[in-house]
Amino acid sequence: MMTREKFEEAVLPPVVALLVAMLVGDALILLFGQSPGAVYRMLLEGTWGNAYGLGQVLYKATTLTFTGLAVAIGLRAGLFNIGAESQLAAGGFMAAVVGLAIPAGVPALLLLPVYFLAAALAGGAVGALPGWLKARFGAHEVITTIMLNFVVLALLNYLISSRFKVPDTLHTRELASGRLPRLDAFLPAFHGSAANVVLLLALAAAVLVGWFLFRTRAGFELRATGLQPAAAEYGGVKVGRVWWHAMAISGALAGIGGLNYVLGYKGYYEEGFATGAGFLGIAVALVGRSHPVGIVLAALLFATLSQGGLAVNALVPKQMVDVLQAVVIIAVATSVPEVRRLLRGFRRSNDA
Amino acid sequence: MMALAFLTQTLRIAIPYLFAAAGGVMTERVGIIGLTLEGYMLGGAFGAAVGSLATGNPWIGLAAGALGGLVFALLYGLGAIRFRADQVVVGIAVNLLAIGLTRVLLRFLYDSSSNSPRVPGFNVTSSGSGFGALAQNPLVWMGFLALPLVAWILYRTPLGLRIRAVGEHPAAAISLGVPVTRVRWTAVALSGILAGLGGAYLALDQHQFTDQMTALRGFIALAATIFGRWDPKRVALACLLFAAAETLQIHLQGVGAFPSQFVEMIPYVLTIVALAGVVGRAVPPAALGRAPE
Amino acid sequence: MSNAPQQQDTAVRMSGIEMRFGPVRANRGASLEVARGEIHALVGENGAGKSTLMRVLSGMYVPNAGTVEVSGRDVTGWSTARAIESGVGMVHQHFMLVPTLTVAENVILGRELTKGGQLDRARAVAEVRTLSERTGLLVDPARMVRDLSVGEAQRVEILKALYRGAKILILDEPTAVLSPPEIEELWQVLRGMRDAGDTIVLITHKLDEVMAISDTVTVMRQGETVGRVATRGTSPADLARLMVGRDVTLAADMAHHASTTAGAHQQEQGAAALEVRDLVVQGARGVTAVNHVSFSVRPGEILGIAGVEGNGQTELIEAIAGLRAPRGGSIHLGSADVTSMAVRPRGDAGLSHIPEDRHERGLILDFSIADNLVLGQQHRFRKGALLDHARIAENATTQVATYDIRPTDSSLPARALSGGNQQKIVIAREMSRDFTVLLAAQPTRGVDVGAIEFIHAQLRQAREAGKAVLLVSADLAEVLALSDRVAVMYEGKIVALLPRAEATIERLGAFMTGAEHAA
Repeated sequence: MMTREKFEEAVLPPVVALLVAMLVGDALILLFGQSPGAVYRMLLEGTWGNAYGLGQVLYKATTLTFTGLAVAIGLRAGLFNIGAESQLAAGGFMAAVVGLAIPAGVPALLLLPVYFLAAALAGGAVGALPGWLKARFGAHEVITTIMLNFVVLALLNYLISSRFKVPDTLHTRELASGRLPRLDAFLPAFHGSAANVVLLLALAAAVLVGWFLFRTRAGFELRATGLQPAAAEYGGVKVGRVWWHAMAISGALAGIGGLNYVLGYKGYYEEGFATGAGFLGIAVALVGRSHPVGIVLAALLFATLSQGGLAVNALVPKQMVDVLQAVVIIAVATSVPEVRRLLRGFRRSNDA
Repeated sequence: MMALAFLTQTLRIAIPYLFAAAGGVMTERVGIIGLTLEGYMLGGAFGAAVGSLATGNPWIGLAAGALGGLVFALLYGLGAIRFRADQVVVGIAVNLLAIGLTRVLLRFLYDSSSNSPRVPGFNVTSSGSGFGALAQNPLVWMGFLALPLVAWILYRTPLGLRIRAVGEHPAAAISLGVPVTRVRWTAVALSGILAGLGGAYLALDQHQFTDQMTALRGFIALAATIFGRWDPKRVALACLLFAAAETLQIHLQGVGAFPSQFVEMIPYVLTIVALAGVVGRAVPPAALGRAPE
Repeated sequence: MSNAPQQQDTAVRMSGIEMRFGPVRANRGASLEVARGEIHALVGENGAGKSTLMRVLSGMYVPNAGTVEVSGRDVTGWSTARAIESGVGMVHQHFMLVPTLTVAENVILGRELTKGGQLDRARAVAEVRTLSERTGLLVDPARMVRDLSVGEAQRVEILKALYRGAKILILDEPTAVLSPPEIEELWQVLRGMRDAGDTIVLITHKLDEVMAISDTVTVMRQGETVGRVATRGTSPADLARLMVGRDVTLAADMAHHASTTAGAHQQEQGAAALEVRDLVVQGARGVTAVNHVSFSVRPGEILGIAGVEGNGQTELIEAIAGLRAPRGGSIHLGSADVTSMAVRPRGDAGLSHIPEDRHERGLILDFSIADNLVLGQQHRFRKGALLDHARIAENATTQVATYDIRPTDSSLPARALSGGNQQKIVIAREMSRDFTVLLAAQPTRGVDVGAIEFIHAQLRQAREAGKAVLLVSADLAEVLALSDRVAVMYEGKIVALLPRAEATIERLGAFMTGAEHAA
């Protein structure tokens, strides 16, 4: 399906971005008196080089796939959802609160739909509100989702600290039922890593999102709205409704991502578990060109960087990775339009 | 005396908001989203700490703070203006970069992952935390002047006229030979300097740099910019209002009556309400956020 | 001023101008020569390359080849700023005004007057006022531009150019948005400027304007210059021949022809297919754009709505199509009241709509031709929740062949097509659906002559097939050529509704300008 031009346009920016990030990384590594080669080798060995590291990468990529898909659904509808951070937190929180009410001994498979629904509804509600504000009042979703992030996180903070926390911690107590197995239950090599079966949910979500966007009528109307709202309206699409539906779906996807931590990893909700995953979701959607396949790959890339920071902490500060991630985002964001212009110009001069 | 203490504390809290919101008005009026104020402030705080520590002179710290904000503003401009990249994406990345880079440099320079050594600030002779002490800090006065300065630039100078035109209708400005790109760079650079000074105030006032010490103040300043409808006078009032709410919360905390989290929400909720137009619609500059042509 | 005769000679000389945008060649070796102190009309069809050529002159574009001389000096490839400095100013078709600034601020922008580093606002206002009074371009310098009427906004545009000392003024389709009295005022201002020694280049495609105001005419066709004649020595028919490159039946003649045959289509009184009663619609900025309008269209009839653009036609069509909620009144399709229906059920009730702006509404430029051919009917091309891609492809193959859409590869994005072929996608889609009423808004805007003939034939065919057609066009000749009855909209009202036989250009003109009010 994909033409060569499209492939070049999709692949070149991330490659350029990685090269730029590596250069910045080299500089930082040298600043700390280390050899870049050694650090990068250590980074790769600590992530893809052993089962534990890989498991951690997969765990982090799971959350990022959800937030990346969430941001991508918004982008396809022409909306910038900066709120994935709080939608993710709200989803995890709601799942945990529902879970607290469930007694021990209920089979996880039976409970999964309940948790799933709780997370999706909470995240979806947090997403739908700015969608509705835009449809109803024209309030710009970038600002409202940012502002809502802080409101929701403060609210969750209040609820946790005043009602749900275990004393002297910032988390709820552990759920009695419904926790999902980690990968080491099937593949012992993953022992100790947080990777769990929510990974499969993430892959299923990616497939579903692709199917929804490109095969269904609702997806057709959503993409039409994203490209040209006036034309979509002319084509009988209720643009305002698509906006808030898209934001609700987007928020729900991010919310479901909360299960990765709450059901798959810790078994409880903890303040701050979502920190950064929402913003990185924007990077994932951007690098993945809002396409499910790209998003899964981009999630793996950013997860590798995150985990890699821990792996190299002995040689250089792990915070270096924060810098590299930011550089990747800036480089991709700037090289996407630039690469497109260059490629087009190059092809034109070849045609002429 | 209670009232004076309240006022003093409100003003103290408001200073960084006034600086950063002045930067917010500057950048948003030229059409570039002020998402990066947080990053500028963090860069400014770090720069001020380093400058003041290295020389022992808070004035040099101040200049280094302005420079710290400027560096991140130039980076944002590189993405948003030079490469015409999406402002939201680059803006978020600039904030992440500010957090990461200050952490890495904190480790590199001071071998700490949390805070710098004690930073020399402006000497305050009168004791206590009263109004007198506040009034002796030159940064306080600069903070009060930040938004009036922006208002003067916007409405009284040729540059300001151009900024307003570029933020509303860049094509019109181009057709008249206005160097649109230069105007954008100027406004963004000024925005970085102003917000950087806000960060510098924090580091010099608290006598240290700590990891993520800006604590979302850049976003509160953005909220004030929008809630004040991009008009310097209203924006200044919004900053004071948000600061007063915080002061109130600190006072109430002693009483234990009202959850602090709800006070934290006030600026953000008010901004959402303003954007939704429940009380007088906030209409942003027409070209805000659009990639330069 | 010792060599005055030489100065007299040539204000602008452009030759061999080549301007490419990607694969599109907007100018192919075009040339232009304008004498000082004349009003020079630059005419051609839409897309002939007139605006491009003038943007090269005004410094907005750098040509790929060719030379530009102004007052004998080679200025090829100069910038807007240099052009302005040298006294070349351009008034664009789409206004380049900042709505949130005052008139004076808009005029001085980029050339600000200062006093001690500050803007000298008082002097700016005074200077603009003086200029305004001297030239007759009356507008209050202290007013906010967003509060101005279209005519006033245009005066500000001209003032901007004059304030910068423009001696050579380029106007791009200046009358498109003006009412006839405003046009007359504009002519007076332009004549005054010419008599004071300035040079004016007027881009237009309206031949009556050319005859009324210009001294010399240059004709462009498909990016080339095909003729330069003195206005006195030519006729509209000659110019039209040059413009299209062959003998054409002028639309006005066609209109005459139509009026003699229209009788055949006069309908027996029957149920209306579209009935609009007492419709009130708000436009942008809360003004009443459609003010208690009533009319009906019967099956087998084309009702044409004439009028200067901006008199409520857009809002009227949008209200009928379901894109804008009316404030009052009713809309019926046959016997069904659709007043408060959404877009899709109206389509299902038999409404088809060729929208005014195909780039904004009619097409999704990044969607494929095939997907665009089902836009608005996606609910018919589905299997359950899924789109039926096989049928969408099949539909595309049929439509591309039937309506001769080129290129024929229906997986290409609509963006890749020419204006005429893009419009054919819209026409194909709207004609092939099951409908009783067709709204055709500016159906031939920006398409080439061949496509215009094709589209006109399609509209007539719809009438023959017993459809009710509501045609809105800014092109009076088009309205007259196609319609069985003609309505005129003026300031939101239908001020005239005439049988074709009684609708002469003169009468319609009087109604369009508000000179006559009876309805």
